[in-house]
Amino acid sequence: MSQPVQLPPARYEHGGDEFIFVEIAEEMSMEANIKATLITQELENRQMSGLVDICPSNASYLVRFDPDVVPPAELMGLLKDLEGRFQEVPEGFTLQTRVVDVPVLYNDPWTHEAMMRFRDRHQDPESTDLEYGARTNGFDSVEAFIEHLAGNPWIVTMLGFVPGLPFCYQLEPRERQVQVPKYVRPRTFTPERAFGIGGAFSVVYPVQGAGGYQLYGMSATPVLNVRQDHPDFDHSIVFPRAGDILRYRSVDRAEFDDTRREVEAGTFRYRQHDVEFSPAAFLDDPQGVNDRLLEVLYR
Amino acid sequence: MSAQVRVVSGGLSTTVQDLGRTGRYAIGMPPSGAMDQFSFRVANLLVGNPEGAAALEATYIGPTLEFTDERIVAVTGGDAAVTLNGEPVPMWASTRVTSGDVLAFGMITTGARPYIAVSGGVAVPEYLGSRSTYTLIGLGGHEGRTLTDGDVLPLGDASGGTQGAVVPDDLVPQFPSDVEVRAVVGLCSYRLTENALESFLGTPWRITKDADRVGYRLRGGTLDFVEREQPFGAGSDPANVVDLGYPLGSIQVPGGDEPIVLLGDAVTGGGYVTIATVISVDRDLFGQAKTGDTIRFRDVGIDEALAARADRTRWLDRIRSALA
Repeated sequence: MSQPVQLPPARYEHGGDEFIFVEIAEEMSMEANIKATLITQELENRQMSGLVDICPSNASYLVRFDPDVVPPAELMGLLKDLEGRFQEVPEGFTLQTRVVDVPVLYNDPWTHEAMMRFRDRHQDPESTDLEYGARTNGFDSVEAFIEHLAGNPWIVTMLGFVPGLPFCYQLEPRERQVQVPKYVRPRTFTPERAFGIGGAFSVVYPVQGAGGYQLYGMSATPVLNVRQDHPDFDHSIVFPRAGDILRYRSVDRAEFDDTRREVEAGTFRYRQHDVEFSPAAFLDDPQGVNDRLLEVLYR
Repeated sequence: MSAQVRVVSGGLSTTVQDLGRTGRYAIGMPPSGAMDQFSFRVANLLVGNPEGAAALEATYIGPTLEFTDERIVAVTGGDAAVTLNGEPVPMWASTRVTSGDVLAFGMITTGARPYIAVSGGVAVPEYLGSRSTYTLIGLGGHEGRTLTDGDVLPLGDASGGTQGAVVPDDLVPQFPSDVEVRAVVGLCSYRLTENALESFLGTPWRITKDADRVGYRLRGGTLDFVEREQPFGAGSDPANVVDLGYPLGSIQVPGGDEPIVLLGDAVTGGGYVTIATVISVDRDLFGQAKTGDTIRFRDVGIDEALAARADRTRWLDRIRSALA
């Protein structure tokens, strides 16, 4: 077992009278995310009256409450107590989760078109988003950059922005993780199912709308299904769950179109497998754990 | 035939709303619901409905509605010339309508959003515990969208409600075009320089055309960030943070020059710096603020926010008693 990385104490902030925002760390790390997961899971388990929403986020979490039922000072005290109980990852902690194959057409015509409409809001209006990301992350070519993004799994560390949007963190050692800025000013248009990256996170946009992430491709499959007429959405209108491990596999146009037809016909099923994910094992041997995850998914 | 209201004209942007679809923020589902919850509740009180019954929220230009049976209706919120069969009817008061009666609106004069409650409530199906429309993903309300000409809305069984109920003048809210909004500074406000924070609070911010149920984008100043080496994962722009949850009413500052205030159909999280949160009762003010209006933020602590909440409850209690 590696030594747990010590995190600075969390910051507690009132978001008006109905929210408390707790920032566990300013920078993203697996450790910060696990701490947010542990605290919010414990909070869920308590089934406290007056708590409206418990939202684990990447390196923070957010709680909405009714201050007429729970005084803010009391809730603040409880959250601080909980932080004290989760100073490090408990021995043997694992996530019961799923590994899922998400087919993505990288460098697709639709996100390309959207991206070109908003060059004036971009750090580098002369490049495409893919060219900019490849260059600033030290890749020789757009192809090598795509291969890197598509080659390894990502873990869902937060849902939000709009319903079903998964924020995914790279299951890679820090030195191999890519980073890109968000747009200087958010776009007013992003196509549905666009795949993009901002900071160290990848996302699939569930619906058409605003967005600030760099645009790299398009998922063939939905993450949101309001009508719940696809079998993978029987239990919820959103597919991803926090802790899911997604692989954004690069597909060609023919496979993309085939998959779109299956989705339209309502016959598509995500390729997925239940797995037990040990963050500690991952931090010890990222490549080994990645290889095993992909082996389980495609065997 | 069950009771209905026919939408002769949908107006500019009219939706079915109630008090909101709470409890699903963690999957990215904002609560939606009436933007001005105070005016919304009062509209329902006037027609004898439970305060959370579904009603219509109009924006700028109200709808034209034809009724098919006898009902009590009331209009509250932003001021508009309301007519029934061409004759003026007062706002903040209940009126009886009967089959074939047509309720119509002139242009709004102050405020932005009239609320139209009908006794029995708008009986569209509940979706995830609410009848509120969330147009961004096409969910709830009437087919998940704003109303258009020719739509027909089902109504619930009318129970109570009396003609001629009136909210006393001194209890009717005012909607000035220069609005002071109370906000709790914090969240990631450490990213702003001291000057920038002062400037944020000292600037009269103008509401831009980008102002809808998701949020209001403001202009009027530029805010400088404290220089730093960006933390891993945040992205290199100084306005970027590692993506986090956005409280309802929180104010983010992408680029430092366009504060965005998040409202009922809010995006629930993202990676732009948030610096303050509008207190819950003052979110209503945005429901009645419009493009071109001016917003000034005043920093308050949590105690003042709670006191404002208690004041609002007492105000509503006085209206409840006046209408009882």
